[in-house]
Amino acid sequence: MTIRNPKDFWSGLLFLAVGGTAVLLAQKYKLGTAFKMGPGYFPTALGGLLALVGLLAVLRSFIRPGTAIEPFHWRLLLMVTGSTVLFGLLMRGAGLSVAVLALVLASSAASIYFRWRTALILAAGLTVMTVLLFVKGLGLPISLIGTWFGG
Amino acid sequence: MDLLTNLALGFDTALTFYNLLYCFIGVFIGTLIGVLPGIGPVATIAMLLPVTFTLAPVSAMIMLAGIYYGAQYGGSTSAILINLPGEVTSVATVLDGHAMAKQGRAGVALATAAIGSFVAGTISTFLLAAFAPPLAELALKFGPHEYFALMVLGLVASIVLAHGSLLRAVGMILLGLLLGLIGADVNSGAQRFTFDIPELADGVGFVVAAMGMFGLGEIARNLENEATRNKLVGSVTTLMPTREDFRRMVGPILRGTFIGSALGILPGNGALLASFSAYSVEKKISKTPEQFGKGMIEGVAAPESANNAGAQTSFIPMLTLGIPSTPVMALMIGALIIQGIQPGPTVVTNQPALFWGLIVSMWIGNVFLLILNLPLVGLWVRMIMVPYHMLYPAILVFCAIGVYSLSSSTFDVHLMALFGVLGYVFAKLECEPAPMLLGFLLGPMMEEYLRRAMIISRGDATTFLTRPISASMLIIAVVVMVIVLLPAIRKTREVAFKEED
Repeated sequence: MTIRNPKDFWSGLLFLAVGGTAVLLAQKYKLGTAFKMGPGYFPTALGGLLALVGLLAVLRSFIRPGTAIEPFHWRLLLMVTGSTVLFGLLMRGAGLSVAVLALVLASSAASIYFRWRTALILAAGLTVMTVLLFVKGLGLPISLIGTWFGG
Repeated sequence: MDLLTNLALGFDTALTFYNLLYCFIGVFIGTLIGVLPGIGPVATIAMLLPVTFTLAPVSAMIMLAGIYYGAQYGGSTSAILINLPGEVTSVATVLDGHAMAKQGRAGVALATAAIGSFVAGTISTFLLAAFAPPLAELALKFGPHEYFALMVLGLVASIVLAHGSLLRAVGMILLGLLLGLIGADVNSGAQRFTFDIPELADGVGFVVAAMGMFGLGEIARNLENEATRNKLVGSVTTLMPTREDFRRMVGPILRGTFIGSALGILPGNGALLASFSAYSVEKKISKTPEQFGKGMIEGVAAPESANNAGAQTSFIPMLTLGIPSTPVMALMIGALIIQGIQPGPTVVTNQPALFWGLIVSMWIGNVFLLILNLPLVGLWVRMIMVPYHMLYPAILVFCAIGVYSLSSSTFDVHLMALFGVLGYVFAKLECEPAPMLLGFLLGPMMEEYLRRAMIISRGDATTFLTRPISASMLIIAVVVMVIVLLPAIRKTREVAFKEED
């Protein structure tokens, strides 16, 4: 048995896992009847269907050939999502200004054209712009300086 | 003349100073993000949703709508000039539009795209005005059975319109439906799939998911090919098409408008399929099909008319039924709800100024776009030259602040990052995100309607087939599914989507 369609195989496995988990978790909720459905009815049905689709995809992956999966660039993905997480972590404590600076600098580093100088200028510019636009202009209730600095 | 009084009301609303201003801002931003590859209307509208809190409902809708159809105009500019579609709906334009640019006819290609879009926008605005109200009237008769059947039909249609494997598209819809159920159950209050995380009690925000998948996930994918981006080919010299050009574009524009208007109503990304269908139709009926891809003006006029028409008619289900057929329409519904307006068939009668003002503003917006895109094309050319490594950190900042400001929650920011990872992985596995987001939106609604329908019919599922409207919708869904699975159709569908790669 060789996997002839890796995209089908892995997405199928993913669907199977999520669908199966959903069915298991949904057993904690009241199922009810078709007449009076409980909170568990619809999730169980959906989870079951999803698991079935996943199973079909996995089975199909052994039969029908498909193209290979393009390589994952985990480093890039991690830098893009990681800098967003960093923003979230800094938002409350350090405030908007620091969070935006950190987000721009950290995410800029993912580019092959990264230069400290341009990144710093961009970060400073975007920080000023967001402060003017979101806080001063639109009046969103966001603190510029966080609780760590007594903001 | 009912239509005339209604249109007069629409003009009264849309022609106020502020609404004209917001219409202009909307189409301006729309063109901007349309021109810029790597940022689309979904992420932009999601980012601007918090801004609309402060606006009047009409102004908010006019601006957001302007972003959506404005992006269809802008997308063609980068397709023609840098061989890179600014929006997915301009992918078909790349083939002949860029070939024209290489022959020194970039200006003519741009003008063709703008004229085609304008004609299509004008015609589809009238279609919207003519067909939406009677449809809303019909929808007032809908009960839970009909709504459930309609959603099933919508989901089936979105499977057909998704590209790539049908089976995986079905999986994505089911996955989306399940994700939509996260949070408290409306009937019993039971916490479902919340893993005891209090922030999940209200469910996962649609904006959070959409921005993660369309914003963050896209950025990570774009960075992979950073080195090969943005090469400007062809300078814009003469904009004016010749008499011969005009003669050749009339047919394609009208056919493109017709195809776009029809497909745009369907759920999923109707505008995307419309641009491809319009392109292949022109190729099929042409006397010189072998010339396509080498700079045929028909190959620019047809898909650009189709995508603009499709973008505008996709408002029909949203405005008349309150059902989102695309992620963008879901955000529009979100904007209405923020404003305290319950979307649905009653909008036409209860909010006539909003409804007609929005429709008329679309036509005005198309006039703005024609001006913005032709004489001012030089401005957009310069925008395209902004390097991506300066652009994506800015997009990230807007995404992060946008999501945070929705409910001042850092949890949402982290959840968006998680959806970014999901979006990236699904893209690698060629699983379409659009059907998933559609399922995500419809999940809670479908469950609610199903439960109500079953209570009304005392647990008898056959009532779905004995009520005429619901039965016909379910039958159409089955027929559509069967047709797509027929080997012959399947092959054409695969070929249609192949041209995109």
